[in-house]
Amino acid sequence: MKGQGMRPATESELAEVIREARGRLTIRGGGTRAILPEAGAVLETMGLTGVELYEPGALTLVVRAGTPLAQVEATLAAEGQRLPFEVPDFRAVLGRAGDSTLGGVVAANASGPRRVQAGACRDSLIGVRFVTGEGTVVKNGGRVMKNVTGYDLVKLMAGSWGQLGVLSEVSFKLLPIPETGATLVLRGLSDGQAVAALSAALGSPYEVSGAAHLPGQGTFLRIEGFANSVAYRAEQLRKHLAPHGTVEVEEGTARWAAIRDAAPLAGRAGDVWRLSVKPSDAPGLVARMGAEAHFLDWGGGLIWALMAPGTDLRARLGAFAGHATRMKGEGAVPALHPQTGALAELEAGLRRRFDPRGLFSDALVAA
Amino acid sequence: MEMPKPNQMVLSAKARIVARLRDVLPADSVIEDEAETRAYECDALTAYRCPPLAAVLPRTTEEVAAVLRICHEEGVPVVPRGSGTSLAGGALPTADAVILGVARMNAVLETDYDNRFVHVQTGRTNLSVTGAVEADGFFYAPDPSSQLACAIAGNIAMNSGGAHCLKYGVTTNNLLGVTMVLMDGRVVQVGGPFMDAAGLDLLGVICGSEGQLGVVTEAWLRILPKPEGARPVLMGFDSNEVAGACVADIIKAGVLPVAIEFMDRPCIEATEAFAKAGYPMCEALLIIEVEGSPAEIDEQLGVIKSIALRHNPVELREAADEDQAKRIWLGRKSAFGAMGQINDYMCLDGTIPVSSLPYVLRRIGEMSRDFGLDVANVFHAGDGNMHPLILFDANKPGDLEKCEAFGAEILKLCVEVGGCLTGEHGVGIEKRDLMTVQFAPDDLEAQLRVKDVFDPKWLLNPAKVFPLHVTASRRAA
Repeated sequence: MKGQGMRPATESELAEVIREARGRLTIRGGGTRAILPEAGAVLETMGLTGVELYEPGALTLVVRAGTPLAQVEATLAAEGQRLPFEVPDFRAVLGRAGDSTLGGVVAANASGPRRVQAGACRDSLIGVRFVTGEGTVVKNGGRVMKNVTGYDLVKLMAGSWGQLGVLSEVSFKLLPIPETGATLVLRGLSDGQAVAALSAALGSPYEVSGAAHLPGQGTFLRIEGFANSVAYRAEQLRKHLAPHGTVEVEEGTARWAAIRDAAPLAGRAGDVWRLSVKPSDAPGLVARMGAEAHFLDWGGGLIWALMAPGTDLRARLGAFAGHATRMKGEGAVPALHPQTGALAELEAGLRRRFDPRGLFSDALVAA
Repeated sequence: MEMPKPNQMVLSAKARIVARLRDVLPADSVIEDEAETRAYECDALTAYRCPPLAAVLPRTTEEVAAVLRICHEEGVPVVPRGSGTSLAGGALPTADAVILGVARMNAVLETDYDNRFVHVQTGRTNLSVTGAVEADGFFYAPDPSSQLACAIAGNIAMNSGGAHCLKYGVTTNNLLGVTMVLMDGRVVQVGGPFMDAAGLDLLGVICGSEGQLGVVTEAWLRILPKPEGARPVLMGFDSNEVAGACVADIIKAGVLPVAIEFMDRPCIEATEAFAKAGYPMCEALLIIEVEGSPAEIDEQLGVIKSIALRHNPVELREAADEDQAKRIWLGRKSAFGAMGQINDYMCLDGTIPVSSLPYVLRRIGEMSRDFGLDVANVFHAGDGNMHPLILFDANKPGDLEKCEAFGAEILKLCVEVGGCLTGEHGVGIEKRDLMTVQFAPDDLEAQLRVKDVFDPKWLLNPAKVFPLHVTASRRAA
C-alpha cells in the first residue's frame, strides 16, 4: 500500500481490502478512461501486474488486470500478434495522463474501428477473475475460445465499469498482425452519402476492417492482410464503390490511430458524446444533434459528437435505436444511458447481488 | 440421471392449469393428451425421457408472455424448447413442467442489408436464416452441425458454435439483440439493430444461459457478406503430436483459416469404411479451409502447404475443383453418421488448450483401454473444441453407465489441462454434475445469483446446468 490509494499486490490482498472496506470505493487502473463519478477511497489495481500465460500458437493471453496495455501490446507485437479489438487511447480526448491497464480496457469494453470486423473487447475476452463487493473471488470462462460451461459472466464484466466487482485477471483470444494494410479514401461526401458508401463496402466480401467518415476530411475504409490480397481487394473495392465517388488508395493504415482515439474532438472545449446507433440512422441523428463537431466510425454505427457544455443529448434526441454515452462533460447528465423498466430492475438486482454494500456504485442507492 | 421429484400440487392441478392455458392460446397450441405429450419427452439426448405435464406452441411474444404469467402464478416449471436437438438434455422436461416450444414462431420480421442484420422469430431454424439472405449474397455465420433442424432459440440458449468459429465466432459474437419474456411475463428488449447494447451486458449473459433466464422470442442477428470462395486442403501425419505442432505453426504464421478440423486414426478408419472419401490411412488428418478470391486462396494455401511440408506429411492433397473439395469434406461430415453405423456412441464436447492436444489424445487412448470402450476423436483444432465419440452397445447392460463414466473422465481431463466441460453443446443435464469439477462453490454461487435476479422463483428450466444439490434450497423456496 502506498501513494494516494490502496494498491493491493495480489488477488488475495485485493479481496481483503474489499472485505474490510466500509464505504464507497473508486476503482482505478491507469486512470485513463473512467467516465463515472468518483467517490470514496481510491482502490488501485496497478499492483496486480504480469503476464500469467501467453501461448502464441494458441492465440491466447492471460494477464493480471493491472498490467499496462503498452507492455502487453509490445509483448504481443514481438510475436506478430495483437488484441483484435484495437484498443482506443482516450487520454487526449478525455484530458487524462497515465498508463492504461487491461482491467480498465475490459471494464470500459474499449473497442476501436476494428469493431466492425473483429468485434468488441467483450468478443475477444474469454476469461475473467474478479472480486465481488463481498470480497469473494470469482472465476468465469477460462483460457479457451470455445466455452459454454455455465453462465457467461465474462461478457457481463466487460463494459460493467467496475459496478459488479474488481477485475483481477483477464484472458483474451488474439489475432495475428496482418502483413500490410491500405486505406481507401472518398472525398466530399455528406454524412448520408458517406454512410451509404461505407455500408456498400461493409456489405461486400472484401473484408473491410475499418469504416469511418470525418466531415471535411474524407470517408475512409481500411483493408488488411497479405500484400497481394490487400492490393486485390483495394482494386475490387474501388470498382465496387464507383457509384459513390472516386476512390483514392493510400498505402498503410497510419490515419486510423486518430480515428480510434477520437482525435478530431481532442483538446476542444465542450462535452464529448459517443452514440451506438443503427448505421443508417446516423445521418438523421447527426442532423438533429446540433453538435459543434462530429465524426462517424463503425460504418456509421458509432457517432462521436462534441456538444456545448451541459447539453443533455439524450433529451434532445428522444428515443432512438441505440444508446448514448457521455464520455466527458460537466453537470448532472449521467454518463451511462439510463435503463428503464424491467431492464433497470434487472441491472439493479445484479448490482445488489454482486455488490450488496454498494461499494462500487452510487446507483444502488437510487435502486 | 437424477431429476427433481415432480411437484404434487402442480400434478394435481393439471386440469386447472391446462384450462387456463387454453384460455389464452388457440386450441391447437395446447397439448396435454398423454399420447401427444410423448413427442416432447426428450431431445437429442434420447437416453433420458419424461413426458411433460403439457406442451404449448405459441405463435407470438404476447402468447408466450401469457403462458409464462400463468405458469408463474401457478408455480409451474417451464422448459423452453427450440427444435429439440440438444445433445445435453437442455429441453428434457419433468412430469410437472410445461414445455414451451417456439417452433411455430419462425418468421423473418425484417431483413436489412444496409445495416447487415436480420430480425427473426427464434423458432426459425439456423440454416433457414442463411436461406433468407443468401440469394442476396449474405449468410449467418454460426453453423452448428445440426443447422438444418436446430432453432435460433436453442442456438442462443446454448451459445452454439460450429466449424467456422475460428474466424466468425460463436452465437454470442453474432447476436445484436433479443426480445425476451421474463418468467413473470414481462417482455424486455435487450440490444437491437446496433452494436453493443446499453448498460450491463445482459445480452452476453442471456446468450448461453440454457433457457434459465427468460424465453427469447425474437432476435436481431448479424449477417455477413458471403466470401468469394473457399477451398480446403487435406493433410495426413504419422503422429498426433506432429499434426498438433503443424496447427500451432500455421496459426503463428499469421494465416487465419476459417476451419481447422482434426481426425484421429479410429475416426479415419470408421469414416473410410462408411463414406469411402479416399482418406489416407494415417495417425492424424487435418482438413484446413481458407476463404477469399481464387488468388487469395492460393496465397494462403501456399503458406499453409509450406508449413505442412516442414512437418513431413504422409499426404498433402489440395482440392483442384469443387468436386474434390466436396470429397475432402465428405469424410468429416459423415464422421458422426459413420460412427452411428458401427455402434451406439456418445459425443463429448470438451475444449482444451490447443497445445495440450497430443497429451490429451494419449490419455484418452489409455483410458479407452482401461474402460474397454473404443473412442474416435473429431476435433475443431483451431479453437480446441474436441468431440470424442465413445462407442458402446446400448443393448448391453451396464455399457451406457460405463460409457458415461468414461466420458466424465475425459471431461475432467479437459478441465485439468486448462480447458472446459463444454465448448458448444451446453451443460443441460448431461454435464450438470461435473460443474463442481470446473467451478469452485463461489464461482457457481455468482452464476446462481444471476438466475435469482431473472427468475426469483426458479421456475425456468430449473433442473439444468447446476448440480441439483447446489440448487436444492433455491428450487424449494
